Amino acid sequence: MIAVIDYGAGNLFSVCNALKYLNITHEITKDVDVIHRADAVILPGVGAFPAAMESLRQTGLIGTIRENATKKPLLGICLGMQMLFDRSDENGICDGLGLISGEVHRIPSKRVIIPHMGWNELVITQDFPLLSNIEKPVFTYFVHSYQAFCEDRNIIAYCDYDGKVPALVTDGKFVFGAQFHPEKSGEKGLQMLRNFEELAR
Amino acid sequence: MLAKRIIPCLDVRHGKVVKGVNFEGVKDVGDPVACAAEYNRQGADEIVFYDIVASHEGRGTFLDVVRETAKQVFVPLTVGGGISTVEDMRETLRAGADKISINSSAVKNPKLISEGAEVFGSQCIVVGIDAKRNGKGGYSVYANGGRIDMQVDLLEWVQEIERRGAGEICLNSIDTDGVRGGFDLEMLKDVCSRVRIPVIASGGAGKLGDFATVFEQTDATAALAASLFHFGELTIPQVKDDCRSKGILIR
Repeated sequence: MIAVIDYGAGNLFSVCNALKYLNITHEITKDVDVIHRADAVILPGVGAFPAAMESLRQTGLIGTIRENATKKPLLGICLGMQMLFDRSDENGICDGLGLISGEVHRIPSKRVIIPHMGWNELVITQDFPLLSNIEKPVFTYFVHSYQAFCEDRNIIAYCDYDGKVPALVTDGKFVFGAQFHPEKSGEKGLQMLRNFEELAR
Repeated sequence: MLAKRIIPCLDVRHGKVVKGVNFEGVKDVGDPVACAAEYNRQGADEIVFYDIVASHEGRGTFLDVVRETAKQVFVPLTVGGGISTVEDMRETLRAGADKISINSSAVKNPKLISEGAEVFGSQCIVVGIDAKRNGKGGYSVYANGGRIDMQVDLLEWVQEIERRGAGEICLNSIDTDGVRGGFDLEMLKDVCSRVRIPVIASGGAGKLGDFATVFEQTDATAALAASLFHFGELTIPQVKDDCRSKGILIR
């Protein structure tokens, strides 16, 4: 069972629609016991970083998520991915979960339209089971204005948007983050969710 | 960089696709959910639903269609028709839409664009425009499905749309719509030169090459068509292959 953290994130239902469609057992939850019992955890997220961190703090789950991230797969999606990092400066400096080292800042290019919205191609730099059975080219759907800045060893795939935008990141162990929306990235996005479930087994 | 998008649009009336969609394997040609799922399977980059009746009574049925579609379609879903308040937007997004498309209601009440963008983010707000040449070298914006001349200049309107925080413009040329002679390249060029936000080309696609042409000759980031895809004259993979073969970045 995958625990999908319920803290009011906008894409919670589209993520769950995709899991349902794939017959992946999941529970939408803010219950500590459910998270401990789960085989894996998904942290969805849409909106602004500090507001989302505050909502998450109010669920009282931050410690539980951090603890579980050391022993079972955790996938952060979009803002949920950004929250895995140390901090963001969106609307002022705000600490994240600190599960992957790095920071989140606005996409720096002045030459491209912000938000970065649409289908962009992944440049895959590390072979990870999360990308199994997915044929190249892999285009995924992005909607965001801020991006992660982290070391290359934490990047599984990036995309080019007048600069390198980390698209799929990891701590190298259990923690994964997707800047794009796998639940909106067609068949290949769905395959990533299937692969994530496989990791949980 | 971003891939150019191919977007099929489904007009829905009383919970059914207008005129029906002629797909092999789709039994109920009028079922919008089945049609959207088929477009998803074919590789559509986004799907647009348009409620053409947009009556208050029919709202529930239409939102049910959106809700059911969101359970089966895993590409962005844009929903328009009859959305005239922030509350309408909220309800539509809750039903599973990823973006809201507003047209006449935005021309009549431009504040709706800024309010929507503020509450839900620019990425959620698409402003659709029906425009037509005014015989004086410019273009006028029309409302109510192209029936009412709003006496608004298109090139001023698109700049206001951008200023108010819309995420995208969907530009339908009344002059080329239904003629099937290709997209309105001239109008698109004029609009794209005035704004930085993405512009979706709509109205006029009649043959395979029209899609590549609009991407080669204008800065449109997406092309939308309805009947051409519905009646099976062209499939989405055919259009995408043609664009790809001409060096256009396509998913």
